[in-house]
Amino acid sequence: MKLGIQINEGPYQHQASDTAYLFTKAALEKGHEIFRVFFYHDGVNNGTRLTTPPQDDRNIVARWSELAEKYNLDLVICVAAAQRRGIVDPDEKKRHGKDADNIAPGFRISGLGQLIEAGIQCDRLVVFGD
Amino acid sequence: MLHTVNKSPFERNTLETCLQHAKDGSTILLIEDGVYAATEGTRFSDTIKKAMETKTVCALLPDLKARGMHEKVIEGIKLVDYAGFVDLVEQNERVQAWL
Amino acid sequence: MSEEMMEEGGVVKKFMYVNRKAPIGSIYALESLEVVLIGAAFEQDVCMVFLDDGIYQIVKGMDTNDVEMKNFSPTYRALEMYDVERLYVSKEAMEERGLTTDDLVVDVEVMDASQIADLMEEQDVILSF
Repeated sequence: MKLGIQINEGPYQHQASDTAYLFTKAALEKGHEIFRVFFYHDGVNNGTRLTTPPQDDRNIVARWSELAEKYNLDLVICVAAAQRRGIVDPDEKKRHGKDADNIAPGFRISGLGQLIEAGIQCDRLVVFGD
Repeated sequence: MLHTVNKSPFERNTLETCLQHAKDGSTILLIEDGVYAATEGTRFSDTIKKAMETKTVCALLPDLKARGMHEKVIEGIKLVDYAGFVDLVEQNERVQAWL
Repeated sequence: MSEEMMEEGGVVKKFMYVNRKAPIGSIYALESLEVVLIGAAFEQDVCMVFLDDGIYQIVKGMDTNDVEMKNFSPTYRALEMYDVERLYVSKEAMEERGLTTDDLVVDVEVMDASQIADLMEEQDVILSF
């Protein structure tokens, strides 16, 4: 089965990103295809490499990056939601004249069309949020 | 069709709205704080038992365990892990997340 | 990206946007409306459903000046121009809140829970916010 995942909440504040991660990992381990993981609303905050959680806790951002690397996942952060919340990649940094970028490895910023495309292309779209 | 509910029924009306819109034969999966609805002896236990007459009710065991609720689950509720969650998504043609 | 995809696939799926959250107090309503507007370019078979507090997204008379927020209420009236014409509201949710269709900024079809349940079962993709 080809799956699309939508995540509407940021890390730590709400369990949505944890559930989505464990679901995605289980789906991959079962041999399903993850077409795309789309981060929307505060979910875009899952894509900043500047988070520093306590050492004895899970690192939600790094965990997504590692999963992306292992399975070649497409982790997409919504550009409009990202601009509101200060998630910046090198292109956005240049375009808006910011002094830094903060996007985590394995993530990319793109438009909302990517979510609709996932809906069209996938057998199932599963939404995680608050 | 699969419906997921992730809110405690004591805090929000998510479960109630889900049950209003879930047809007979559909499957309801309680996750995150939604798993409190899967426990015995609550104000909502009868609601769940009634739903179980026409629908399949499941709960995510890792979420029940994390909340210390896994010994209090209503008999007949199907417990699944994340792999089981994936299977439910595969078995149902569409998924509605009641957030 | 979108043009290319439509050319090669030409797939039309049934999309349902489920709105259950009140506007203003959180950003879900505004950002879900943005999805609907962007999604319109993909020419899918789209409908929107307003349940629970989602009804409050489309009530008349919203004035956000004093809270210094953008008023996106007029955008719902523009949905028609984007060919998003099927808007459904929950009869139960309206009654619970003492609202009638006269209180809403857009033309809607009122459905009870069992009708909405039937409609939901016909969809290919359900996006909930």
